[in-house]
Amino acid sequence: MPSSSMAAEPLFDFRGASFGYNDHHSVVDDVTMQIERGDFVGIVGPSGAGKTTLLRALLGKLAPMSGTLQRAEGLRIGYVPQVESVSWDFPVTVGQAVLMARNSGRILPWRSKDEHAEILFLLEHLGLSGLENRQIRQLSGGQQQRMFIARALFGRPHVLLLDEPTSGVDVKTRHDILHLLGDLNGDGVSIVLTTHDLNGIAAHLPEVVCINRRVIGSGPPTQVLCPTVLEATFGAPMDVLIHGGLPVVVDSAANRLRTVAS
Amino acid sequence: MDGFLEPFRYDFFRNGVAVATISGALCGLIGVYVVLRSMSYIGHGLSHSIFGGFAISTLIGVNPFLGAGVWGFGSALATTAVTNRRKIGADAAIGVITTASYALGIVAFKLAKGPKKNFDAAVFGSILGASQGDVLRVLGVSLLAGVVIFFRYRKLLFNTFDPDVAEVMGVNRFRADALLMLVLAAAILVTMNVIGVTLVAATLVIPASIARLLVDSFPRLLLLSTVLGAGCGFSGIVLSWHLYDGDLPSGPIIVLTSSFLFGLAFVASSRRARLGHVH
Repeated sequence: MPSSSMAAEPLFDFRGASFGYNDHHSVVDDVTMQIERGDFVGIVGPSGAGKTTLLRALLGKLAPMSGTLQRAEGLRIGYVPQVESVSWDFPVTVGQAVLMARNSGRILPWRSKDEHAEILFLLEHLGLSGLENRQIRQLSGGQQQRMFIARALFGRPHVLLLDEPTSGVDVKTRHDILHLLGDLNGDGVSIVLTTHDLNGIAAHLPEVVCINRRVIGSGPPTQVLCPTVLEATFGAPMDVLIHGGLPVVVDSAANRLRTVAS
Repeated sequence: MDGFLEPFRYDFFRNGVAVATISGALCGLIGVYVVLRSMSYIGHGLSHSIFGGFAISTLIGVNPFLGAGVWGFGSALATTAVTNRRKIGADAAIGVITTASYALGIVAFKLAKGPKKNFDAAVFGSILGASQGDVLRVLGVSLLAGVVIFFRYRKLLFNTFDPDVAEVMGVNRFRADALLMLVLAAAILVTMNVIGVTLVAATLVIPASIARLLVDSFPRLLLLSTVLGAGCGFSGIVLSWHLYDGDLPSGPIIVLTSSFLFGLAFVASSRRARLGHVH
């Protein structure tokens, strides 16, 4: 769980920052935003908009080409990659995979009693009770995702960064994962995730950042997920309906086709 | 039984058995990381590269173990850097670097005009020519490998399983890679003389691959691969003494023993997988 020792400074402070992969060509320009402790932010945008680039910047793998990005001193990150990023045939059990995250401070390779208790607590908290000794290949897609979250939390992060946590999973798993992240945020974990899933964000996240090579809009979904911002972000007209007080994004073209057909 | 124990009366055989068993365990242990990181070709390339360093050090009068060690470690780091960048085909680049080094080694050996026996020993291995010094060297590197893997267990495991995330979560990727490459280069260096350049890669890869077919837990994999490596080294050298009046070279018999076990493990694991599928 996050340390409380971090000062009140923002976890990430972007000021006019541009990022790219060589000196002449930036992918995302002029990003100015702060991510504070306790935030729960979703970064959305179409493919090629720079979500992954921004995530790499947050992870500390990309330095700004211009402008500045300040990370809070001593910031510990818990990173949850896409489940396809590793070989699930790798010979480790769930408990062994989670233990990797605590890789300094203890000289002995095996877990301590306290570490074991903490792993069991995390697994139970994330709905993975009884799976500690299961080979990771035997987990379902949703369980693999949650195992990654358990591993990230076991590193005692100040912030969780998740790369498309809801891609490639069924509707129920998507709902469960976003619900779980909401609970973790309620427990004080700061969270930033990237996603394509506009309606999932609208239903579960308090803040959203729309990007398409620059920040198009940021704030609560009720303000940001409007037709103007969405069209500027995705380059296609979109309708926004309000259902139960939450915005629901609908593809305008599909909506019109249905109207014509009926 | 007397027939089995008979060769153990000779010093050179006892040295040979010790070197084969300990280097088998050493390669089995490190081989786990080599296999799981799909680096078999690095092991193969590195042994050829170290051969070049060995020959050149002999030619210019530098301690061959020191010269080849530095050369091998440098090649290992260069290889890792190429693999991590992936801008050009890593396998092709490694093929060029290490084969060039091997070719340079052959030329250097010829220029040094050393006895042909030394050249053959380096290329094909000569376990029964192992000295007390060889035993101590292999033992020293095995201790180094054991200490590194014990004290850096979690970092090395994380870096092997998921290097991108490990880097973000407290593992210095360069340091972890360099440590592994240092141990790998040292292991190849001390094993090369007894197993041979051409067969070192097999002793790295086969025991770990057998163990991988049989267990699904990383600590057990490390243990089983080490024991299998030692067992294959021991039984290979004993077999090579007893078959055909000891006329067979020990390096290839060690590799053939472990390959035979790999075949058995492969059949057993396929049967297990099929049965598991039915239930």
